[in-house]
Amino acid sequence: MTTSTTKIRPDLAICEHCDSVHQRLPLERGEAADCHVCGATLYRRPMLDLDAMLALTVAALIVFVVANAAPLVTMESGGNTTRGWLLSLVATTWTSGVGAVSAILIGTVFLFPLAQILLYFYVLQACRLKQQASRFVDAMHWLRRLRPWSMVQVFLIGTLVSIIKMSHLASVKPEPGLWAFGVLTILLTALGTFELRELWALHEEAANT
Amino acid sequence: MSEPTGRIVRGIEHGLVGCEACGLVLERPAHGSDCPRCGTPVHARRPESLARSWAFLVAAMILYVPANLLPVLHSTKLFESWSDTILSGVVALWEDGAYDLAIIVFTASIVVPLLKMGALALLLLEVQRGGRQLPRERALLYRILEYIGHWSMLDVFAVALLVTLVHFGALASVEPGSGIVAFGAVVVLTMLATMSFDPRLNWDTPRRRVTSLPAAPAVKPDTAKDPLSP
Repeated sequence: MTTSTTKIRPDLAICEHCDSVHQRLPLERGEAADCHVCGATLYRRPMLDLDAMLALTVAALIVFVVANAAPLVTMESGGNTTRGWLLSLVATTWTSGVGAVSAILIGTVFLFPLAQILLYFYVLQACRLKQQASRFVDAMHWLRRLRPWSMVQVFLIGTLVSIIKMSHLASVKPEPGLWAFGVLTILLTALGTFELRELWALHEEAANT
Repeated sequence: MSEPTGRIVRGIEHGLVGCEACGLVLERPAHGSDCPRCGTPVHARRPESLARSWAFLVAAMILYVPANLLPVLHSTKLFESWSDTILSGVVALWEDGAYDLAIIVFTASIVVPLLKMGALALLLLEVQRGGRQLPRERALLYRILEYIGHWSMLDVFAVALLVTLVHFGALASVEPGSGIVAFGAVVVLTMLATMSFDPRLNWDTPRRRVTSLPAAPAVKPDTAKDPLSP
């Protein structure tokens, strides 16, 4: 091509935190290469293979459904029983005039985690079947953008704090939905350890063979 | 660990750029070109990163005032009613003897946002001043900021649950206050400010602080985007 002199250097890795250049070395499973200048992780070879990751994704989807279908907590006081689901939290905050809180809830605890799980399924399946997926690039960009905005683990701790707070006032009981959120936190964290940059490389290999 | 200052090969000095999105290393990419693997525009440094970061940070600092002065909860119990701000909520927990909870909420809602805004302002000022001190420590500070960013949302979620469960009609009820909206906005804005900052600037000397590669050849814009470039 005459358009540019851009060359790809797959033999190198550049630290995204300090811009220092490193030679890429082959890693053992579960190993990570750290930047020798600033200490950030440069790249890693994941512990789990694609099949195991896909299994985790399917498990996360099932647990996500349970977490949202089952109530999180019940509260009893003076003969009244109130149950709280995630979506009822979204509804009450909306009707009590704090729409922004409602939007944060439905985005960071419902829509973004769900989108993350579905997108992971799509990109992992594309890599596993060695298929050229048409929306792979878009899916990968969305996975990267969504990552910081998915807050299931923060929601879990926030809910626990709130439950302990209320236990002084009334009898509050954790329900299956809360346990499901606990499991979902673990599964999403495990999925998060899979470097998206490795998936880019894997998919490129698959597309070239 | 020994100081690695002796031989640091930095991408910007050798015409090498790592794609921010997919990590692919490109040699002398044309100005304004896209990554051939993922299509993201390639920048040696994020454009206007300091200005964007400051804008989000200043907005967060301004909203931090109503977030702490306005009540986050209005409570009614029998014929009594009162309002809680974030800080008075922590004080109430402490006075109730729930020291562990008071410490968790105090850390997540007061210490973390303040530290985050202070630390980010420090990083921005140091980069603008052209400081070259402790780049390793500043890099670590940035990574901590990235990691703790969303944890301050804890109080927002806690308030949402309280509001949903506690409504016993006339006897007792809890309504959210507008302070919680301001607080949620502070958390989102500080996260945006952190993401806008380009941590590679921590390591640039003022003389070398350029936003594009010196070695980049001039290429016509219509041909620069060809994803098939070798």
